[in-house]
Amino acid sequence: MNRATFPHKYLPWLLIAPQLAISLVFFYWPALQALRQSLLREDAFGLKTQFVGLTNFARVLSDPAYVNSIKVTTLFSALTAGLSMGIALLLAVQAEKLVRGKGLYRVLMIWPYAVAPAIAGMLWLFMFNPSFGTLALPLRWMGVQWDPLLKGNQAMALVVAAASWKQISYNFLFFVAGLQAIPRSLIEAAAIDGAGPARRFWTIVFPLLAPTTFFLLVVNTVYALFDTFGIIHAVTGGGPGKSTETLVYKVYNDGFVNLILGDSAAQSVVLMVIVIALTAVQFRYVERRVHYG
Amino acid sequence: MARISLKDVRKSYGATEVIHGVSIDVDDGEFVVIVGPSGCGKSTLLRMVAGLEVITKGTISIDGRVVNDLEPRARDIAMVFQNYALYPHMSVRENMAYGLKISGMAKPEIAARVARAAKMLELAPYLDRKPRALSGGQRQRVAMGRALVRDPAAFLLDEPLSNLDAKLRVQMRLQIKQLQRSVGTTSLYVTHDQVEAMTLADRLIVMNAGRAEQIDTPMAIYERPASTFVAGFIGSPAMNLVPVTVAEGGVVLPGGTVLALPGLALPAVGSALRFGVRPEHLQAQSPDSGAPEAQASESGMPEAPALTLEVFAVETLGADAYAHCLFPGGSDHPDEGFVVRLPGNTAARQGDRIRVSLDLSALHLFDDTSGRRIGEAV
Amino acid sequence: MADGAMIGTSLRSRLMGHFLLVLGVIVVVFPIYYVFVASTHTVQTILRPPLPLLPGPEGPANYAEAIFGGVGRIGGVGVGRLLWNTTVVALGIAVGKIIISMASAYAIVFFRFPLRMACFWLIFITLMLPVEVRILPTYKVMVELHLIDTYAGLILPLIASATATLLFRQFFMTIPNELLEAARVDGAGPWRFFRDILLPLSLTNIAALFVILFIYGWTQYLWPLLITNSNSMNTIVIALRKMISFADADTPWNLVMVTSILAILPPILVVVLMQRWFVKGLVETEK
Repeated sequence: MNRATFPHKYLPWLLIAPQLAISLVFFYWPALQALRQSLLREDAFGLKTQFVGLTNFARVLSDPAYVNSIKVTTLFSALTAGLSMGIALLLAVQAEKLVRGKGLYRVLMIWPYAVAPAIAGMLWLFMFNPSFGTLALPLRWMGVQWDPLLKGNQAMALVVAAASWKQISYNFLFFVAGLQAIPRSLIEAAAIDGAGPARRFWTIVFPLLAPTTFFLLVVNTVYALFDTFGIIHAVTGGGPGKSTETLVYKVYNDGFVNLILGDSAAQSVVLMVIVIALTAVQFRYVERRVHYG
Repeated sequence: MARISLKDVRKSYGATEVIHGVSIDVDDGEFVVIVGPSGCGKSTLLRMVAGLEVITKGTISIDGRVVNDLEPRARDIAMVFQNYALYPHMSVRENMAYGLKISGMAKPEIAARVARAAKMLELAPYLDRKPRALSGGQRQRVAMGRALVRDPAAFLLDEPLSNLDAKLRVQMRLQIKQLQRSVGTTSLYVTHDQVEAMTLADRLIVMNAGRAEQIDTPMAIYERPASTFVAGFIGSPAMNLVPVTVAEGGVVLPGGTVLALPGLALPAVGSALRFGVRPEHLQAQSPDSGAPEAQASESGMPEAPALTLEVFAVETLGADAYAHCLFPGGSDHPDEGFVVRLPGNTAARQGDRIRVSLDLSALHLFDDTSGRRIGEAV
Repeated sequence: MADGAMIGTSLRSRLMGHFLLVLGVIVVVFPIYYVFVASTHTVQTILRPPLPLLPGPEGPANYAEAIFGGVGRIGGVGVGRLLWNTTVVALGIAVGKIIISMASAYAIVFFRFPLRMACFWLIFITLMLPVEVRILPTYKVMVELHLIDTYAGLILPLIASATATLLFRQFFMTIPNELLEAARVDGAGPWRFFRDILLPLSLTNIAALFVILFIYGWTQYLWPLLITNSNSMNTIVIALRKMISFADADTPWNLVMVTSILAILPPILVVVLMQRWFVKGLVETEK
């Protein structure tokens, strides 16, 4: 049946107006500006602008620094998503086995969600600070030349650790929910069929968890792409030597610090395309899930 | 207290008309039941009276005042919904008082009315409970109470009993009838259940595919259904409606037997008809009695017409048994099935042949194409 | 749940589970504990690793200095002011988003008006325009509207949320038609229906969303970084970043640690105390 509604003409406009106004002023207008800017070139003093078509895109995409940034972002996202989802799944499976104590573990597990990404980065920097970080000591004893402020790989390791740490909570909660949604009877049937715990996990539980895993993969990618700006900005500033300069950080840096407006805008547009693609993927997934029940 | 009057009321969704012009005058204090199969438009009609659906054409007036463009709240009606639509976060008391509160009634008056309704409906012990802590029957009574306290010009009830189990339904049916009698409020009641319709209604509107097929008292509809649809819908078990063709002085039954219908005005020979008779209006003769033709000629008396049928199943319900029969030599097409009411202890078994006689006054003839009742086949 | 323990959960397997979970909890909680311990020691102790495993005696002094002394490093703005700023922003975002998205979801679900679906899509598509992809032009809009260094500037652009609107829309669509109709027959107009029926029924959803949005507001980084120049308008997260961005040598690390804890604690309390709604909100907003 149709949705029952109120027969008012103007009231709905009044109700929806604030959100529309904010969307138009702070979302659509700036996004269009970014699109426009990406097609223009401005001189150094901002006095003259000139339409240059896709030149900005061509330059950005062929810029070795941008290509580097794409590589950095890909590596960073893959490591962060993989690490935090892996740990979260392992822990969620352990928690699912337990009858008692689940609640306590969950309470403790959700803490990092409340920590701002930038602060998460700082916490890890405190612990692993080459000069006074307590956890840097064992590394040095093991003979590691530990200095994330000078060594690109180590900087990457540090931001990945901080970013993954923060995301464990989220993934854990979703994996627990996903595991609880798997019908007990399937696992029991597999047990009666003679499958051991490991086999049951890989042949029954893991495949049935696929929708959750896929969903989390998309969410974690979005997280790694965008929400980790604070971590990079607070911990490494993209360095050392651009070794942790992600795409979002580069947009910020080129636009605000280096003031290369056309390039920054072109990068924004590229990011926009990425977000749209990811959102589309996410919603196809949501649709499919709705279909299957 | 009010009269409700519908004049050629129509409803369209876009280009599709779903109510094709319904007119009725409901008298003050009358209990009118709108009955029909699902999708016949009965709820839509009720919702138009309530003001929840826009009226495409025609007028609805309550107490002489045209209400087409009035909001529900301005129509002075109260409604009971199929799923009760109780506000889940309000107690029984708050649910019943909500409408009164909005109308700005003084608190003591609200309390008095709620108390009175609660007493009538035996809800007093539950006034502070939330709906989810009530049984289905109690929720139904709260929904009734919410309508009752308003003391409206009319009650509109949309399948109020269909979510209850069978036993409770019978109980509530009686209670609703009594309640309506005692408060005397004009009521429009929608149901798909013909038993509910028969037992509750002062007058019935039988609806089919957006049309009012017949509007009359339950007994008049039972005795003289206006169409095959009404004939099949009202009465349980349903009326037998078998296809026949008119012959000289009678009709040709399935299987080819001619049934003489003396004294009946029949259409032209060869016309296709539906021959209708209710299972309860058939009289079984003893299985060993001779051929009817012979008996009739022997006694010389005008014998009631009789049919020979072949039993293919017997359902025993206790007091009664229903024999599902076919015409010898006919097909087993569902249209040609024929149900006969027999005593519960009948000896008839599958494969038996039985003879049943029928009362001409309980015979119904319908045009096979239009489905309308023919003549004064009494 | 008791049945769940029947299969594959031998004592050994359960002990293994506890072991791994304890390990996991240590990984998850240790960084916070570490900073808490550091916040109770003197700068000298902090700078001479390893850090003791247990809190030291300097806690009260450190916290008192950070809260009442004002932290010189960030232009004499005290932690109290920073916490206040952050609270205003987090509450403003949470409450603003809830109001705005409830209103628009109410319009979309309970009314029919021309361009209704167009409006819905306009709101929906903002999902694809996170602030990160429109940094510079949004900043320019803020400059033109004179919203730099204002609470409005910190809050307004972040309160239009497609996710919250979608959540409320989804929830509103589960409200049975008959409830609205019963209310109309009872004489309730749109405002009364909203106040008396929809709002009370939405309370758990509001609570769930509130937790998520409060955290979202509290942990904002990029936007406050752009929009605040004056130290007195900083959120605590930004201020913390400014505190440590100076040379290691004379950073008051003990106060940095205190500020970190103060920046972390309120949202953690919200999440832990409102855990039920938090989990619900997280799973239902799915983002």
